[in-house]
Amino acid sequence: MTVDRMLPSDEARELMGLVGELTAKEVAPRAAGEESAGRFPREVFRTLGAAGLLGLPYPQEYGGAAQPQEVYLQVVEELAGAWLAVGLGVSVHTLSCFPVAAYGTPEQREELLPGMLGGDLLGAYCLSEPQSGSDAAALSTRAAEDSGGFLVDGVKAWITHGGVADFYTLMARTADDGARGVSCLHVPAGAAGLSAGVPERKMGMRSSPTAQVRFDGVRLPPEALVGERGEGFRIAMAALDGGRLGIAACAVGVAQAAFDVAVGYAGERRQFGSRIADFQGMSFMLADMATQIAAARALYLDAARMRDAGLPYGTKAAMAKLFATDMCMRVTTDAVQVLGGYGYVEDFPVERYMREAKVLQIVEGTNQIQRLVIGRAVTKPDPA
Amino acid sequence: MNIVVCVKQVPDTATERKLRSDDKTLDRDAADGVVNELDEYAVEEALRLKEAHGGEVTVLTMGPGRATETIRKALAMGADKAVHLSDDALHGSDALATSYAMAQTLKKIGFDLVILGSESTDARTGVLAAMLAERLGTPQLTLANKVDVDGTAIAIQRVTDYGFDKVEATLPAVVSVVEKINDPRYPSFKGIMAAKKKKVETLGIADAEIAAELVGLAGAWSEVAEFAAAPPRAAGTIVKDEGDGGTKTADFLASKKFI
Ligand SMILES: Cc1cc2nc3c(=O)[nH]c(=O)nc-3n(C[C@H](O)[C@H](O)[C@H](O)COP(=O)(O)OP(=O)(O)OC[C@H]3O[C@@H](n4cnc5c(N)ncnc54)[C@H](O)[C@@H]3O)c2cc1C
Repeated sequence: MTVDRMLPSDEARELMGLVGELTAKEVAPRAAGEESAGRFPREVFRTLGAAGLLGLPYPQEYGGAAQPQEVYLQVVEELAGAWLAVGLGVSVHTLSCFPVAAYGTPEQREELLPGMLGGDLLGAYCLSEPQSGSDAAALSTRAAEDSGGFLVDGVKAWITHGGVADFYTLMARTADDGARGVSCLHVPAGAAGLSAGVPERKMGMRSSPTAQVRFDGVRLPPEALVGERGEGFRIAMAALDGGRLGIAACAVGVAQAAFDVAVGYAGERRQFGSRIADFQGMSFMLADMATQIAAARALYLDAARMRDAGLPYGTKAAMAKLFATDMCMRVTTDAVQVLGGYGYVEDFPVERYMREAKVLQIVEGTNQIQRLVIGRAVTKPDPA
Repeated sequence: MNIVVCVKQVPDTATERKLRSDDKTLDRDAADGVVNELDEYAVEEALRLKEAHGGEVTVLTMGPGRATETIRKALAMGADKAVHLSDDALHGSDALATSYAMAQTLKKIGFDLVILGSESTDARTGVLAAMLAERLGTPQLTLANKVDVDGTAIAIQRVTDYGFDKVEATLPAVVSVVEKINDPRYPSFKGIMAAKKKKVETLGIADAEIAAELVGLAGAWSEVAEFAAAPPRAAGTIVKDEGDGGTKTADFLASKKFI
């Protein structure tokens, strides 16, 4: 994928060059084979980690690369275009590091972040539960008072990297007070009583393990608490604001990859004596795809630049997630159409892109929930 | 241990490569310059030896100004500093002249071990390691797929048609490596940033005490007399299976001496 990008620094250009080399040599060539085998490519994450890509937006003093969101997200976009399981994995890992980086005490940051950002460890983010998805504040996993520390019992569902992660950023209930009773905890994967279920058998993105994570009397020391007691839901939502931009970037990457295949194919396939790209019905479709992709990229980058500037960006992040993932679903569906029968078989990657696109409309807040967030922001409360 | 690793910038093999019509040398502006692939293995080996035994890794590149891109890549992988031998007078140097210029530079900068890739993807002469060793008066250990250093003793496995030879020598020495030797690392983002601050010393021929008449096109012992573009690929042969497809295919392969 060669996309003309406006990058803010030479440093960012160098970074994108490195990412281009890594995606071409280490990520893209494995995607199709590993996806059909449903194998999680831990070694690819190690390679990316060694290259410094698992802590990009965090401070250098803790092992990050101090890159603006604007740059970090374009890295995610490139990775996702090569292989969604990897791009989304980097996004989820980065999201899992956010609570400690943004709300941790200086001691927690010093103790935990170098490992979390250093490239060897992989994180998971545990919010959803079997009975609590969109209504995340209804979560029931309990972190009870236990001689100063916590005793955790409950089941988390749909956890990306469940069973393969090295640490879990957990949202659990410390009081029966709805959203105000939730706290954020840092849990190492080796904690006694923590176990993961069999990975879900998914429609796509099969190389990214999604599993239930059980907490059976997991004992945690008081230092496991990240932020204040009862602050967990606010932390979770702040993390998701950023995570949604990660999902938007993934969607743009997958859509771009599908478009690249479609446009290449349309330039070669001949019917009725001409290239199908020369039929206006096709070229208009390709024109719409290209326009939608560019618009989605501009929207997530606009939100990212607002975040980088320290401005409120939550509503725009919801818009970017909504627009980019709906766009990705349309564009990947159209890419299958451009390839005709060849689009529907596994010899070409577009059917995989279409299956991958669907999950992006669901994760980190379904697109209905994004509309709910945006709707609340744009309408004034009823004065009556 | 003071390790010097020789790195060459070559035209990307993925792009079309051309010779210049005026002086019949490689047209270095016609294609993107990249690190000669085998040299990445040389850099990796140098870094591993340094990690195991301590010391310093210096990159040595002979080439035009734009070869600094290649130097940066080797520095980003982790080399400590670089020497860039660059002078218009060197343009058109053949293997003998190049080995002379490099040897003079190596004498000037000093080394315990010189490591290089066993050949470059552009000229593919594969003789530089031997020539350098001869000019420097050191042992040559070429085509290594394994290198062990113990104090001043060095041993390699030299790849052969039948397996490998074990070659031993005492430092200082010149080693050339093949791609089986290791798996070169990618530069890290931090490495790329750090490389910008590393020292690159540029030397001209006078600085390295290189005699102008022994290098460049004029000093070359070999000459490109003539060249022509590779003939376009001929159309393929289509074998129609009329019950004898197997025989026809076998005949075709036999005519090309594949079977
Ligand atoms: C592959 C994958 C990976 C995931 N990874 C993670 C992870 O790492 N960590 C994590 O915590 N979670 C993860 N999730 C969970 C994901 O965030 C949830 O699936 C999502 O939030 C939706 O919750 P649900 O599945 O329970 O659906 P529900 O909330 O039950 O929603 C069902 C339907 O009802 C709609 N709906 C619900 N409420 C409303 C409303 N108020 N108005 C209108 N419509 C509504 C929804 O939009 C949806 O269409 C993952 C999910 C998948 C599929």
